[in-house]
Amino acid sequence: MNLLCVAAGIAAVVAWSHQVLAASEPPPGAASCSGCHSPEATAASPVVRLYGRDAGAIATAMAGFRDGSLPATVMARIAKGFSDDESRAIAAWLAAQK
Amino acid sequence: MGISHRINRRRFLGAGAATVTALAFPPPAFAQGAARVVVIGGGFGGASCARALKQIDPKLQVTLVEQNRTFTACPFSNNVIAGLRSIEQQQFGYDGIAADGVTLVAQAATAVDGKARTVGLADGTSLGYDRLVLSPGVDLRFDALQGYDEAAALKMPHAWKAGEQTLLLRKQLEAMDDGGLVVIAAPANPFRCPPGPYERACLIAHYLKTKKPRSKLIILDAKDTFSKQRLFQNAWKELYPDMIEWISLSQGGKVNAVDPATNTLITDFGNHTAQVANVIPPQRAGRIAAIAGATDNTGWCAIDPVTFESRSAPNIHIIGDACLAGAMPKSAFSANSQAKACASAVAALIAGRSPAAPKLINTCYSLAAPGYGISVAGVYVPKNGVFADVEGAGGVSPADAPADFRAREADYAQSWFATTTAQVFG
Repeated sequence: MNLLCVAAGIAAVVAWSHQVLAASEPPPGAASCSGCHSPEATAASPVVRLYGRDAGAIATAMAGFRDGSLPATVMARIAKGFSDDESRAIAAWLAAQK
Repeated sequence: MGISHRINRRRFLGAGAATVTALAFPPPAFAQGAARVVVIGGGFGGASCARALKQIDPKLQVTLVEQNRTFTACPFSNNVIAGLRSIEQQQFGYDGIAADGVTLVAQAATAVDGKARTVGLADGTSLGYDRLVLSPGVDLRFDALQGYDEAAALKMPHAWKAGEQTLLLRKQLEAMDDGGLVVIAAPANPFRCPPGPYERACLIAHYLKTKKPRSKLIILDAKDTFSKQRLFQNAWKELYPDMIEWISLSQGGKVNAVDPATNTLITDFGNHTAQVANVIPPQRAGRIAAIAGATDNTGWCAIDPVTFESRSAPNIHIIGDACLAGAMPKSAFSANSQAKACASAVAALIAGRSPAAPKLINTCYSLAAPGYGISVAGVYVPKNGVFADVEGAGGVSPADAPADFRAREADYAQSWFATTTAQVFG
C-alpha cells in the first residue's frame, strides 16, 4: 500500500517534470532540429521524427554520429558541434515533446 | 481571481514603466496590455519568427507585415528554371500563420520611427511596437553594374527572387536554339544563397544536355572561390563534360557592365554575348532595414548574435539574409534557425529575462542533377560579437561519396523543403 503510494507519487512527479520539460524553452541547438526533422507525427519523410522519441536513443545516435560508428550523410558533420551534455539536454527536450 | 491578478499585474507593470519614463523611452504597450511585436517580411525568417513568438508566448500581440499574399520560395526554384518543377510547388499562403493568432497586414512597410516605436504602412496608417523584427531579405542592387537596372532585368533576368523572374529565365532557355550560349554572372560575397549560382549552372546544364546538347554555359564570377566548389567542379566534369566553363575573378570573370540591347556582359578582359544572360547582381539588405537605420556602410545589418538586436537601432532585431551573421551563410535554413532563436530572445527581453546564448545549425543542399545532392552544414555560436563556426563541426559532403550517398542527399533536400515549408507556412 505504502509502496503503491510512493510509486504513484514518483509517477506523478515524473509526469509533472515531463510536462515542465515539454513546455520549457528548447536547450541551445534543439530548435534547429525541426528544420529537417518534422515535428508532425503524420509527415511522410525519409528523415526520422524526433519528438516523443526515446531520449537515450537520440543521445546514443548523436554519440554514434560523432565518433563515426553510426554512418550518416550530414548528421556526422552536425553532431560534432555538440558535446555529450548538450546532446543529452537536447535529447531529453525532444523526447518530452508530443 | 484571474482577472484581478491580471489587473494588478498590469498596474504593477504600468507603475514600473512610469518610473522608467524618466530615464529612457518606456515600452509603451506594457501600460496597455500585451506586448506588441511587429515582424516585417513574410519569408523563411519573418514568417517563422512570427509563428514562433506566438508559440512561445500566446499572449504576445504579433503582427506580420508582408505585402504579398503568396510567398514564392527561392530554394528549389533552380529546378523550376530547369523545367523540373512547377512554380506552384514553390508557393505558399499565410492562412496557417493567421490561424495561429498572428495578425497579418498585407501592405508594404514604408517607414520606421525608432523613437516613437512605430512602423508606417503604405496606406498612411501606422503600427506601434515594443520590439520590431526585420526579415526583409535582400534588395538587388540596380546601381552596381553599369547598364543593369530594373528594365535590363526584363531582358537579362536575375531570377534571384523567385516568381516572374524565375519563369522568365525558364522561357528564355526554352526559346533558345540548340548550340546557344548561356551566361551566368555571379556576384562577390556576401549574397543570398552562396551555392545558388553553381547549382543553377548544374540544373541549366542538365536541361541543355537533355534538350539542347550542343549548347554551352559560362559562369562569369566576381570571386576566385565559391561554396562547395570541389563538389560542384567534380560534378561538372562527371555530368556535364565540356558544357560548363567557370571563369574566376582572376581569369577576368568579374562583370562590370552589361548591354541589354545586345545581351552582352562586359568584363575587364572582354565581352561575352549570350543567347541567355542570367545576371545575378550584388545585393544589400532589404530597403526597410536602411529606412530603420539598421544598416551599416556595407548595406547589411550588424547584430548582436545573442538577441539579433541591431548594433545601431535599439529594439529592432534583424534576421535572415539581411543580417551580418558572421560564419552563417545567407540561406533559408539559417533564416529559419535564426528566427526561432530571435523569437526566444525577444520573448525573454519582453518578459524581463536575459536571453540565453543560442546555438544554431545550417544545412544547405544543392542538386547537381536530379538524384544527385550535395550539402554544406555548420554549427554556430556567438563568439566575439558574431556567429562563429563550432570548430570540428560542419563542412561539405565527402568528395568521394558513392552514388547512393548523393541520392540520399537529394532525397533529404526534398524532405528539408517539405518539412520547413510545412513548419513555416503549413
